Formats: sequence, C-alpha cells, structure tokens
Amino acid sequence: MALLEVDDVVVRFGGVTAVNRARFSADRGVITGLIGPNGAGKTTCFNVITGLQKPTKGRVRYRDRDVTGWPVHRRARHGVGRTFQRLEAFGSLSVRDNVRVAQEIHGGPLAWFGGRRGAVSVEMLLDRVGITEYADERADSIPTGTARLLELARCLASDPQLLLLDEPSSGLDETETDAFGELLVELAAEGCSILMVEHDMDLVMSVCHDIHVLDFGEIIASGAPADIRTNPDVQRAYLGYAEGDGDLDGDTGVIPAVEEVV
Amino acid sequence: MGSLFAFTLLGLFTGAAYAIMASGLVLTYTTTRVFNIAHGAFGMFLSFVFWDFTQRQGMPTVLSLILVLGVVAPAIGWFIQRFVTRGLGEGPVSVALVVTVGLLVGLIGLAQQIWPPEPRVLLPFWSGTGWQVGDIFVTAHQLITLVCAVAVAFGLYLLLNRTRIGTAMRASVDNPELLKLFGGKPDRVAALSWAIGISLAALGGILLTPVVLLDYYALTLLVINAYAAAMLGRLKSLPMTFAGAMILGVLESWAVGYLPTDGFLASFRPVIPALFLFAIVVLMPQAQLRIGQVKGIVTAPVPSMRLSIGSGAGVLVVVLLLVNLVAPNQVLLIGVAATYAIVMLSLVLLTGYGGHVSLAQFTFAGVGALAYAKLDEPNLFGLLVSALIAAAVGALVALPVLRLTGLYLALSTMAFAVLMDKVVFNAEFAFKFNGTLAAERLSILGLRIGSDTAYVWFMVLAFVLLALGLLVLRRGALGRLLVAMRDSPSACGTLGLDLRWFRVGLFALSAGIAGLAGGLFAGLRGTVGAADFLYFQSLLVLLLAVVFGATSVTGALLGGTALMLLPELQAASPSMAGLLFAVIGFGAVLLGRDPNGIANHLFRVGRWLRSRVAPGLEERLQALLPRGGAADGTDGAVDVPLVDVPLVEVSGGDPADTMVIEKVV
Repeated sequence: MALLEVDDVVVRFGGVTAVNRARFSADRGVITGLIGPNGAGKTTCFNVITGLQKPTKGRVRYRDRDVTGWPVHRRARHGVGRTFQRLEAFGSLSVRDNVRVAQEIHGGPLAWFGGRRGAVSVEMLLDRVGITEYADERADSIPTGTARLLELARCLASDPQLLLLDEPSSGLDETETDAFGELLVELAAEGCSILMVEHDMDLVMSVCHDIHVLDFGEIIASGAPADIRTNPDVQRAYLGYAEGDGDLDGDTGVIPAVEEVV
Repeated sequence: MGSLFAFTLLGLFTGAAYAIMASGLVLTYTTTRVFNIAHGAFGMFLSFVFWDFTQRQGMPTVLSLILVLGVVAPAIGWFIQRFVTRGLGEGPVSVALVVTVGLLVGLIGLAQQIWPPEPRVLLPFWSGTGWQVGDIFVTAHQLITLVCAVAVAFGLYLLLNRTRIGTAMRASVDNPELLKLFGGKPDRVAALSWAIGISLAALGGILLTPVVLLDYYALTLLVINAYAAAMLGRLKSLPMTFAGAMILGVLESWAVGYLPTDGFLASFRPVIPALFLFAIVVLMPQAQLRIGQVKGIVTAPVPSMRLSIGSGAGVLVVVLLLVNLVAPNQVLLIGVAATYAIVMLSLVLLTGYGGHVSLAQFTFAGVGALAYAKLDEPNLFGLLVSALIAAAVGALVALPVLRLTGLYLALSTMAFAVLMDKVVFNAEFAFKFNGTLAAERLSILGLRIGSDTAYVWFMVLAFVLLALGLLVLRRGALGRLLVAMRDSPSACGTLGLDLRWFRVGLFALSAGIAGLAGGLFAGLRGTVGAADFLYFQSLLVLLLAVVFGATSVTGALLGGTALMLLPELQAASPSMAGLLFAVIGFGAVLLGRDPNGIANHLFRVGRWLRSRVAPGLEERLQALLPRGGAADGTDGAVDVPLVDVPLVEVSGGDPADTMVIEKVV
C-alpha cells in the first residue's frame, strides 16, 4: 500500500504551470523512480512533498494523513527526508559535522546540550555511503558526487522512512554508481521507502520497483520498469518519436541511456 | 463632520511626501537587493545641503532645488552604488544591513560636522500662500507636495513601462544575471535606480522638513515611515507603497487630531509608523524557505578551551590591576566598557554566529536595566530575572518577524528600538519622562559588592564567564547548528529543525545577555533613565561590534572598549564630535563586508608572529607555564587587553580553517 500519495497537485509560477495535476504514489519498502526530461517538474514535485513549495492545488498524503498544510520541519520529523539536486550541504562544516548536525537536529534540544546520542554513529553512516576518507574536509571543498553521498548520509542520520533523492548519482562514476545502486537496494530491504529522481536510466531500470514519468508537469506513464521501457509515450517524451533508430547527438547525456534501454 | 475631512486631507499631504520617499526606497531595493537603511539619512543630508544652498549661499529656491535633486543627489546615488553597495545584494543580508547602517551613522556625523547644531529654519515653498478649502487652509507647500507625488508616480510609471532602461530595471528585479546574458547592463540599471532613489529621498526630505524640522535624527528616522509604507507593497509594488504612505499619513494626522494631547496616549503620536509597521508584519504570510542561496562562510577560528580560560584569567588580572591604579572616575568607565562588551557578546551570538542583525540590542539592555531597577532585588536572582524579562521581550519582538526573513527582522528591531525609546521608556510605569530610577548594586550571598573597584571587577568577571559560555556553545552542538542554519536553512528544515522557534530562541538568548548587561549597568550607575538607552546607541553597538569583529569574543571586548572611549573623545574635542561618528560610520562601510573584523586581523598577526618571529616560543611558553596562556592577556596594550590574540592556534584551530581565512583576508 502507498506510503506517499501525491493527489492532483498543481503548481503554477506566474503564468507557467510547472506541475499539472500530477498524481502518483510511492509504496512502502520499495524504490520508486520519478523520471522525465529536464524541466518536467520533478524537483518541484519534491518541493511540494517536503513542504518547500505550496501547491496551487491538490493534496499530499503521507502515511494516510493529509500533510499538505504541514510545515517543512514537521514532515521531516515524521520521517520525510530528502537530498537536493542543487547541493545544500553545510559548506562551512566538515563532512563529519554535517552528519553530526543532522543527528543532533533529529535528536532535538536534548541532544544539543550533550545528552542523547543517535543509535547509529556518524562514522558508521560515513562508512556506509563510502565517504569516510573525506570526513575531516570542509563540505564546500569536496567533489560533487561525494557531496551527494554526504547529503544521503546526512539524511540517513535523521532516520527517514521516506527518502527523496534528487539526482543522487550525477557526479558518480560507473563503479560508484553500481555501489550506490546496491546501497539503495539494501536500504529498501531494511524498510526505507525511496522516491528517486534520476537521469541514469540503467540505474533507474535496475533498482526501481515502480516508475512514474513526468513530462511538462504531467504524469504520462506509471508502471514497472519493463512497461515504461516499451511505452510509446515515454519514448516520445525522451526521443521526440516512438520507434527511432537512435541517430542522436546525446547532448543531455540522458538520451543514450534511454536508447540503450529501448 | 468637517474636522475628520480636514485631518484626512492634511494626512494625505504628509502621506504624499512619504510616498515620494518610500518609492525611492522600493526602487533601490528591488533593483539591487540592497535595503538602504540610510535612505532617510540621505534625505536628511540633502535637506541640509538644500538649506545651505538657499539660506547660507542665498541661491534662488528653484535653482537650489534643481541642483540638489538633479545634480548632487544623483551624483551621490551613483557614487554609493558604484563604490559602496555594488555587489552587496548577492551577499548575506547582514552585511548589506551593516554597511547601510554605517552609511546612516556616517551621514549623521558628517552633517553634524559640516552644519554644527544650531537652530535652522527651512521655510515651506511659497510660505504664506494658500487657499481656504471648506474649513481648512491648504498651503501652497502642501499642494506642491501632492503635485510632486503625482508627478513622481507618473514619472516612475513612464520610466518603468515605456522606456528601454525601465524595462531593464524591471528585468533586473527578477534576475540581474540573466539580464546580463541578454545584453543588459545591470550596473547601469543599478546606478540609475540609486541616482533616482537618492533624489527621491532628497525630495521627500525637503518637502517634509517644514513638518519634522531640520533635524539630524528626525529626518533620518523617516526611513521607518518609508519602510512601513513600502511593506504594504512587500517592498515590491509601487502602487501599494503609495497606498501605504497615504494610509500612514492619514493615521498620523488622525492621531494628531484625536489622541489626547497629554498623558500616555499622547506619546504614541511619534511612533505611529512603528506601530503601523508591526501591524503589517504580523499580518504578512509566512515566508517560504528558499533553496540554493547561501554558501560556506569563513569565521574567526574558535580558540581552544585552555587558551580561552587562560586569556579570560589574563583579562581579569589586568583589570584587577587597572581598577586599583587608575583614577576613580576611570574605574566607572571600565564598567561602562564591560557593559558594552557584554552587549556586543550578545551580538557575537546573534550576528557573528547566527547571521541575524538586530538594531535594538542596547534597547534590550535598557529593558534589563528597567527590570532590575523596578524589581529592586539587588542580588543574582534579581539580575537573572531582569535578563529573563529582556529575553521574553526579545522573543515577543522576534516571534512575528521571524516568520519572515532576516531583513525584516533587522528593520523591525529598529522600529522597536524607536518605540521603546520614545514611548515605553518615558512612560509613567518606566523611567518616566526625563526621569530616572535608582538601582542598588547587587549582593552575592548577602555580601554587597559596594565599592566601584569590586563592582567593576565583578562586571568584567561576568563578561569573561559569558564569553567562555559562548565559546562552549560555539564548540558544541549549538554552534554547529548555527553554522548549519546559516549555510542552508532549507536543509535544516528538511532535516526537521523548526527554524522559526530556533531563531526566536536564539534572538531571546541574545536579548537576555544584553538585558543582563543592562542590569549590571543599572547597578554601576546607581540611577538609570531613558536617556541612557537611546535607539541610536544600538546602531553604534552594532557598528563597533562588526568593525572590531562580530565573530569573536575578542572583537566584543575591543568594540566595547572603543564604544566607551567614543564619548570621552567627543567630550575632549567637541568640535570633532560629528567627525568621530562619521569615522565610525564610514569605517563600518569599509570594514562591514568582513564581519570577522579587526580582531581577526589581530589573530592573523598573532599567527604570523608565532610562525615567523618566534617559532619555538610556543613550546618554551608551554614549558614555562603548564596551565598555559595566563600571560597572554597581559602583553597587549595596557588598557585594551587582547583576549586570545597571540596564541590563537596553539592547540585549537584546525589547519583547514586557517587556510581559508588567509585566502579571504
């Protein structure tokens, strides 16, 4: 059953409709993909789910409660965690302190004055995402891919039930992406639900249980990876035509991946 | 009813002048993202220039007006944009605020220096001419004001909607970077809006001078009126700003007409703008968190605990020697310096660590002093309760404002400071008008700290303990949280931090520290009055805190000492009084971009000395002084002990921190 339901959400910025009656859900304990071309409204959907953006219309339901009017921090306290496409690491803190702060925020005021400690140690989280070697560096000096992993570790420190990952693998090389995919599968197996915006189609197709495709703010397809792969609407959204033979310049880096899959 | 019509009409005339001023403020803010707190001060300064042209030089009114509005004001606006505020809009709000507060203080100082205090009259235009409309007499000046406002509204409309550069101005409101990519020139747009903005400030000031008189402070405070009016349009919409200005003018006029002329309510008249402002702020919807704004910042290194304790002990020893050596009246001055230093510590927490600016910090000291005197509990309990009351007042001020962003907080604290200064502190239940309250020095465990020397030393002890407490906070979870909150509020929010309450708590804690300083100050003086806590003092506290370093406790100590010396220097050479303000103000303009201030440069000198001049000194000192550092404080200047300067990094700072600072400095 659905942990998160986005119901008929509309977001307008002035005259532009960024998200148009989007309706999708994410199930418990699985990885759900949210894909679509650039500017399709994926990040805006994330902002609506986390409360950073008020929807013009529509509701967001989480754990069967209507959370549309909830402030950002309240959703977070109920287990909604996210990473950012445009990085939001705490640049002036060390990598280790980034994770520590997250743990302290999660622990509440008692933890600030030296009381409670989180169940999972900061070192274990750094190790889990594989960035222990950067622990002492300032977060604004590490490579982008590493900073994305840091955001994931920071997020995990607050013990989320629903993890929203915004293009987590961009900046990672192939081996790192594979390891990252395994980590996601592990996390899902431990009961953490993941909703992921991602451009790397190999990764999406291999780890996601369900996929929703967003184009011009509308959900044009939903289903298992195998169905999405062959869906003509999706092919059109990505390629401009449905049954192409793929003579592409691939300037976004997205299209070749789809092409391989198709 | 005739008089209602009359007062409304009169209010519209004043409102028209506010509208002119406010539209200039909105224009500069929207196009360059720099809120010019000195907007009123520019109006004041240029009104003095206008007075100078017409009265002293004897130039014809029209020529003077053309010169001021068409040449002097635009030139100043262009200069300020080009050399002072350029690029500030992209940085942290706190820096832009400090720089424009610096301009405000600097302009007041400059005006006092050029035109020393003496009664001056600036006659209304065509004074004496007027017409009878119903039962009221409309002067030519009032009519001109209204005509000017209409002309400004129409002119701005044409400029923004019918010209190329106007279109570029509107584009630059949304995204100056994008404008640049499309071949626009954001710098030219910014310079033009500052030229027009300052010109409108001048016109508003000149038109209002017959109402508020040619006064350094009254004209400067018009920025609150302009800000209140502009807030109705959320600092964006010009039509709403005009509406806000008219409403404000009418409200003020009604207050003159219908509030009693004596008693507590009468004192509300001058603070209508501040009250109007609070009402709008409370009614405004909560601001949304935004993504992708701030990046990592560099702060002064945090000294090790051992070094901090050693330096604190050093300060205490030095002060102990000082209070026994200097003349009795100078002992009290050290106490005053300690008061300022503690208030500046509250700014280290709020501004240096937290990134928020308060323009009312000395007002909170006033609240603490008032509470301490009223409670009449001269002991630690009374002092603590006074601090708690100041903290509660701080929370009340911050609560409605902190739903919004840092800019609104700072501006609203200025309105709050004026409100307290003009109304609350002078009220019957407080210090009373021109009155004072007696406050006794406190006793600890029944032992009264009566003598000046002991009390002053106790105050310095309070400073040292608070500074140590602050450093402990900074090193701990709270310090990390503060840095994290400044780097990315959105990330903090999505990790579960309730930013609003966290900020309210921070602001309250800071106000509480200032309140504690106020309580101690009341005991030091024996009698305290409203005159001790003028709103202007808070601006000086902020500027000196930032100039000397708002990110370190050393900065607070240096800044406190400097602020204590300021009136002494002014008294020593009265002819230079204005110049000193100007130096402080414009000094802050120059140094305000780096909130780490002078203290950080001293730290750097200390590091350099350590590494170049005496590389082995550290080890030798360690060998000599197993407890470390006690001697550090004593080798600074005699009356300005430097807390943690020479050995800042002995065991504390980490190399990464240092490296980045060097890059910036």
